Amino acid sequence: MMATKGAVKPIRIVMGKVGLDGHDRGVKVVARALRDAGYEVIYTGLRQTPEMIVDAALQEDAQVIGLSLHSGAHMTLFPAVVEELKRRKATDIVVFGGGIIPEDDIEALKKQGVEELFTPGTPLQDIVAWLKKRFPEGGST
Amino acid sequence: MRALARAITLVERRDPAVRELQQALRDRVRPAYVVGFTGAPGTGKSTIVDGLISLLRKQERSVAVIATDPNSPFTGGAILGDRIRMQRHALDPKVFIRSMGARGHLGGLSLAAREAIRLLGAFGFDPVILETVGVGQSELEVAAVADTTVVVLTPNLGDGVQMIKAGILEIADIFVVNKSDLEGHKRVALELRGMLNLSPKAAWRPPIIATAAVRQEGIEELWAAIEAHRKHLETTGRASAQAEKRLKDETAEVVAEVARERARDALGEDSKLSQRLLQDGTPYEVADEILRNHIMNSE
Ligand SMILES: Nc1nc2c(ncn2[C@@H]2O[C@H](COP(=O)(O)OP(=O)(O)OP(=O)(O)O)[C@@H](O)[C@H]2O)c(=O)[nH]1
Ligand SMILES: [Mg+2]
Repeated sequence: MMATKGAVKPIRIVMGKVGLDGHDRGVKVVARALRDAGYEVIYTGLRQTPEMIVDAALQEDAQVIGLSLHSGAHMTLFPAVVEELKRRKATDIVVFGGGIIPEDDIEALKKQGVEELFTPGTPLQDIVAWLKKRFPEGGST
Repeated sequence: MRALARAITLVERRDPAVRELQQALRDRVRPAYVVGFTGAPGTGKSTIVDGLISLLRKQERSVAVIATDPNSPFTGGAILGDRIRMQRHALDPKVFIRSMGARGHLGGLSLAAREAIRLLGAFGFDPVILETVGVGQSELEVAAVADTTVVVLTPNLGDGVQMIKAGILEIADIFVVNKSDLEGHKRVALELRGMLNLSPKAAWRPPIIATAAVRQEGIEELWAAIEAHRKHLETTGRASAQAEKRLKDETAEVVAEVARERARDALGEDSKLSQRLLQDGTPYEVADEILRNHIMNSE
């Protein structure tokens, strides 16, 4: 009988930079756009290892992990996050990524379990639209 | 760990399942000691908390942090960035960090925080550190939940100590002047001491601790002050008095939450009720009726 009807169920997204590059402007712009679209973004900062970002997503009970990477190591680090999610039995967490990623790599990464990839210049609305479509009911998992 | 994280989500959503969960855990609950940090944006709260985690881990204690930030009142979204400063504790299983949007519920933060603290205590985390940006009413909510409330100031206060928000002096059990590597920290501490001396004599005089959290300086002194305050609460009997008062407050909040929800339902579903409300132009008669018909006599 505890009241809940008005309860908010925002989607929680853990975002971070994996790899060694120190550019976080892009990921911060995306984080702000997602906040403005009503998402709760937990920003973890630079130089995250796959283990760190997955652990943060588990503690934060996030439904989504958003990765950003500009060092060119996406083919190893993005799949490593997916692997770590498998190891932690948390494959229900959706992974998306952003960075300078060639077309061929995008297909390969999707096959390996990264659900969506965004390259520089993708309109921010496209990322929001993808999330809205992926979580139409606004977060009740 | 995922079970704990999930349970906190339920608490945040005010899910009915929380009730059963809390009941089930009741025997396991060892109340954790709660230290609240508040202060203006950017004063260094998260950096201090990060330092405290290190200190407590050296003492082999399990630490949990609940870091809250306001949600946008317009979109409900938020950027929660306090974890960034605590990254060196990532992957330490004895450190649990949870970011919470304050989600703009009336009293919601303190209710959610209290229940989350209970869960964290049941999972063996003690102390629990609560960080909240001191905007709006949030510092009052922290003080209502924390056993020891720490207010963080910095030397760059602009117009000086007089500009400290009203109400802050009353809620602080401990003041921290952080960024004491910067110029002006002595003046801030002095002015603050002067102001505190003007307030009526109390059994506990809030100490002023200088820290330079980026250099891990003053953290041990801060922890010693927190321990001293804890001892003070225990030896004066204030700890148990406070626990009783808080349980009563919390109960009142739960009652209010249920009542509010029922009232909203009634007003939403019963068009005659809303008609009458518009005719009356004041809420009292309809409120009485809702109390009678939807809150007192319903199950
Ligand atoms: N000079 C100096 N800078 C510090 C000190 N402690 C923290 N900072 C810096 O102050 C900035 C804010 O630190 P945070 O720990 O994020 O502050 P906060 O109060 O948690 O910030 P919010 O949660 O956004 O309100 C960072 O750039 C820190 O590096 C200090 O002792 N000296
Ligand atoms: Mg902070």
